[in-house]
Amino acid sequence: MSILLIAEHDNSTLNPATLSAVTAASQLGGEITMLVVGNACQSVADEAVKVMGISKVLLADSDVYEKGLAENLSALIVELAADYSHIIAAASSTIKDTMPRVAALLDVGQLTEIVAVESVDTFKRPIYAGNAIATVQSRDAVKVITVRTSAFEKAKAEGGNANTEVVDVVFDMGVSRFVSEELVKSGRPELTAASTVISGGRGLGSAENFSLLEKVADKLVAAVGASRAAVDAGFVSNDLQVGQTGKIVAPELYIAVGISGAIQHLAGMKESKVIVAINKDGEAPIFQVADYGLVGDLFEILPELEAKL
Amino acid sequence: MKIIVSVKRVIDYNVKVRVKSDNSDVDLSNVKMALNPFCEIAVEEAIRLKEAGIASEIVVVSIGPNAVQEQLRTAMALGADRAIHIETESQPEPLNVAKLLAKVMEAEEPGLVILGKQSIDSDNNQVGQMLAALTRRPQGTFASKVTVEGDKALVTREVDGGLRTLSLTLPAIVTTDLRLNEPRYAKLPDIMKAKRKPLELKTPADFGVELKQHILQLKVEAPAQRQAGIKLDSVDALIDKLKNEAKVI
Repeated sequence: MSILLIAEHDNSTLNPATLSAVTAASQLGGEITMLVVGNACQSVADEAVKVMGISKVLLADSDVYEKGLAENLSALIVELAADYSHIIAAASSTIKDTMPRVAALLDVGQLTEIVAVESVDTFKRPIYAGNAIATVQSRDAVKVITVRTSAFEKAKAEGGNANTEVVDVVFDMGVSRFVSEELVKSGRPELTAASTVISGGRGLGSAENFSLLEKVADKLVAAVGASRAAVDAGFVSNDLQVGQTGKIVAPELYIAVGISGAIQHLAGMKESKVIVAINKDGEAPIFQVADYGLVGDLFEILPELEAKL
Repeated sequence: MKIIVSVKRVIDYNVKVRVKSDNSDVDLSNVKMALNPFCEIAVEEAIRLKEAGIASEIVVVSIGPNAVQEQLRTAMALGADRAIHIETESQPEPLNVAKLLAKVMEAEEPGLVILGKQSIDSDNNQVGQMLAALTRRPQGTFASKVTVEGDKALVTREVDGGLRTLSLTLPAIVTTDLRLNEPRYAKLPDIMKAKRKPLELKTPADFGVELKQHILQLKVEAPAQRQAGIKLDSVDALIDKLKNEAKVI
């Protein structure tokens, strides 16, 4: 049993999602090697060696890997794969893009977004937008796995003492090229990493009204999310969407404001520890999953909440 | 340029999913089936590229039992020119689908292959990436915008934290995200016309592909249900509960 775990990072810091993948990997037993692949990402490797449970860090540092193009990342991972029984990573957008390529090149199936480790080859994963949970068993010699991070606690970021080995083989398939990116800048915590999330739905009524929600978010040091209805109505950008087709979150506290609670949305937040629903419709399905509900006008409740927090 | 679109027949997204009492699978008997929503977006994108004069022909492919021909006819009613049905007893797993599509690519030589990013039944999100790997072609997954310029496709992708645009050398594989477009509805005369469009029947053996089982489904269960909590009558009561009972603020 030997596990290759791919680190999630932005070339400067290790994304905490990686720590959830470490926990999932630890449940398999065996040595865990963490691969840090990127450009000028030594600082990430420096963090990786300290993570509890990591035996070794492989650092593949090249400008070719800067933007995490799947064609090049998958070629590198496959090159390293021979030494491992499991290849595992947090289901980030980079990994969702890359891992199926790795599996296909190894001629094995992929286990997508596992939520529980049953044994070294058997796992649970949600299907049908989380409306059913399948127990699946891999028959392949190498298991390629992505992890739904909200289902696993984060491993300790400090206390480990691994060595770093440099991997200097570089793959540039030359068929894809990074052109540009628009990343949303925000002073608030990242949606999938925040311990408190406050999300707005169609009930907010407009993009301007989201500021009412943002003021409460700032008081709680919370991330702001949205339902698909709010995104489709153009109130906020789509990277804030919480739901089956957006981000899956599981914070300590999730506050749903003006969100009716479509299955699509519930699939993205129902693993939250405490759920609060604020909605004028007392019959809205969101109240069936909420620990605490407030039936009323969000335009009165939000300013009051902001003032009293 | 020829475009191949691969589509999947799945449970209609409005249908409530129920798990069979013997926990072998979800119950699909007498359930309304439809074109997978992400595949519908893939078909629409191909049609728009044809309407823009970039694509010359759209070939739609589906793999599965006889019933998938219904979804192939739907895609042709929307605007696909012809269809290939690769007949299998059940819906094969993603790697097998990718291997079959790789053979179709080899035979058809498309400039672009467009697929949904995932199906709403198995939620695997694998086929497009696997197809790109097997054919050693570039991929633009989770696309929210696609433009074709010469021998390149510019694909804007939805990634964690925002959007990222890549330039891919054609032939390339694109998988669709929700906001790529809003699919049209098929018009009645087009539904009639689609019945006469060519539909070719193939088997995995025709392509020399042996279907393998990599992943066994041992059990399917309903998810744990959350219990509804309590309704409070004021903001003060809420703050009190969050501070003193749940201890989360």
